[in-house]
Amino acid sequence: MSAILSNVSGKVTSLFAFTENPHLNGGQKLASKYFTVAMVLFLAQLLFGLLAAIQFIWPDFLFGWLDFSVNRMIHTNAMVVWLLYGFLGSVYWFLEEESGSEIVGLKLGVIGFYVLTIAVTLVVLVYLLIQTGPGKDASIWFINEGREYIEAPRWADIGIVVVILVFFYNVAATFAKGRWSGVSGVLTLDLIALAGLYTAGMFYLTNITADQYWWWWVIHLWVEATWEVLVGCIMAWSLMHLLGARRKIVQTWLYIEVALMFGSGILGLGHHYFWIGTPDYWFSIGGFFSALEPIPLVAMVVHSVYDAGVHKFKATNHPAMAWIIAHTFGNFIGAGVWGFMQTLPQINLYTHGTQWSASHGHIAFFGAYATINIAFFYMAVQKWRGNVWMSGDLPGNGWKWKWSIGLLNFGVLGMTVALLIAGYEQAFIERAMQGSTWDAYFAAQSHPWFREAMVWRTVFGLVTIGGLGLLIWDLMTIGKDESRPALALTHED
Amino acid sequence: MSQQPPNWASEARWKKIAIWVTAGSFVLLIFLTFDTLSKTSVGGERVRAYSVINQEIDYRFNAQKNRFMPVIGKEAPLFGKVVTETEAEQLVTLGKKTVQSKNCMNCHTLLGNGAYYAPDLTKAWLDPNWIDAANRENLMLAFLKDPVGNARANASGRKMPNLGITDEEAHGIVAFLKWMSAIDTNGFPNNFKTLNAKEQP
Repeated sequence: MSAILSNVSGKVTSLFAFTENPHLNGGQKLASKYFTVAMVLFLAQLLFGLLAAIQFIWPDFLFGWLDFSVNRMIHTNAMVVWLLYGFLGSVYWFLEEESGSEIVGLKLGVIGFYVLTIAVTLVVLVYLLIQTGPGKDASIWFINEGREYIEAPRWADIGIVVVILVFFYNVAATFAKGRWSGVSGVLTLDLIALAGLYTAGMFYLTNITADQYWWWWVIHLWVEATWEVLVGCIMAWSLMHLLGARRKIVQTWLYIEVALMFGSGILGLGHHYFWIGTPDYWFSIGGFFSALEPIPLVAMVVHSVYDAGVHKFKATNHPAMAWIIAHTFGNFIGAGVWGFMQTLPQINLYTHGTQWSASHGHIAFFGAYATINIAFFYMAVQKWRGNVWMSGDLPGNGWKWKWSIGLLNFGVLGMTVALLIAGYEQAFIERAMQGSTWDAYFAAQSHPWFREAMVWRTVFGLVTIGGLGLLIWDLMTIGKDESRPALALTHED
Repeated sequence: MSQQPPNWASEARWKKIAIWVTAGSFVLLIFLTFDTLSKTSVGGERVRAYSVINQEIDYRFNAQKNRFMPVIGKEAPLFGKVVTETEAEQLVTLGKKTVQSKNCMNCHTLLGNGAYYAPDLTKAWLDPNWIDAANRENLMLAFLKDPVGNARANASGRKMPNLGITDEEAHGIVAFLKWMSAIDTNGFPNNFKTLNAKEQP
């Protein structure tokens, strides 16, 4: 038995042998493992999204085998998990440089990575092969919790919390041993909130109003508060690294972002409490504060574009810099503008629970989070290749990264607009005109405007997948035969 | 670039602002959470006792509040049997656990949250699609146990797969849906014409 186990674990670790690279420090080797799994899950997210999109057009496709519910769950779960893998990896990547110390519990961190990855694999296999269970606690513990985005069964929740605690220990203890900075202080406090909030989604309640009240603590306070601050930290570090931006300026911006983000985002939670049975004072609180949520995102655009301009776009890594700019615009447009469009209760009464939300979800998650992870993947590949040249004048004029950033952004934007059209149609026909009954629902779902939108969404989904294919190819080949060293920056302090 | 930034743009000042704003917002949220949870506990005006399944439930326009609100009517026991609060809670709990275990939320929405491939279930109990109130329970039970065999054609071509829902679980789901339809959702969905409203306008 132990011989088999060591054989299997040997095979698994040999999959990640390429991360044992002399150019990388301990944290960066671990980060490369996280990034690799993140890319695999990114691909899975898009493929299962495609299956679900096809089912909107041909409902009989895979019916009874791999139903829409399964595909959609894997689509969204793969996304949440790959983004988290990207964040964990990014923090491990810069932890040693930012703290000036070796990671305190690197071995523990590596074990945590393998435990998490095995857990994710098991959860996905159960989703695919077992799918659903009887209406008992055992199903919630071992098969599927059945709550959107956090469907992972309870055993996996506990595993995730343990691994995140190991990660948190590594971050806090390494900074404590080395040195603290503004970036690391914000990051560490943010991680406490991020890990703590997850436990708000780890208990069962029959009262569905209270259930959804706490469920939104996880979903909203992650993606509209703590994740935003986390990517703020990652962006702050990236701008110093890519452009040589001054630490003082970057950190001042980070504090401004934290003040605006938490000042609007924490009570902005109220925009999810309009229709779930909660008191109607949430109309005013949720409407007001969530309407302010785009402001920090504007600040981030100004911040990144200004910094890039001041440094005359002399960046050590052009693809990464382009993705950082895509991140700030995507975050503002996707999370800010698309969110604001339906955040006031007067419009949300008609758009809540329609394709309007799906439209917002696509552009916001891509714009705010996928983009900054991709930027970091490029920074990682550059170092992994031996800190080679990755600014202008790349072989073939860097066509692969340029086409992939173009196709990915164009594809997601196309899906977003198609889903928005479907959402408008649904809000008017199903909600406003026909009063939201099941007949009204199906009338809207079978309207030509809706059907055409679903076809266009699938077409743009294929464009997005094409962009991802090119991105994977580029990440595997960029800098391969490069002999020039990376652009040297003149740091201002 | 070397001169000191003005006071309003200083790092130390924004650090303090960030800490105070975050702490202040969080304290307010905690306060509101206590208030909201006390106002949405089971048995209150917003979220009714589980035994509300013993009564007739409707959803009508309230002129005073200027929005649609649940209306709790005369006795109308579910499955022809009046149940105690404890029995009702057991039944609704079985229903809720089944709804979670069968992953309903990744096709349907509940209280408007979930996926958008199948209809919202918030007012499913009240939907005019169940034809008449006398047969509603039986139609719902039959549909849940064999959604493929009892599918009614709709123009979208979508249908619900068989999820192996047992008779007992189906009873639980119906109880859960009836109880959920009595939650005061602040007027969501708007302008919804219930089965009762069709029978007695």
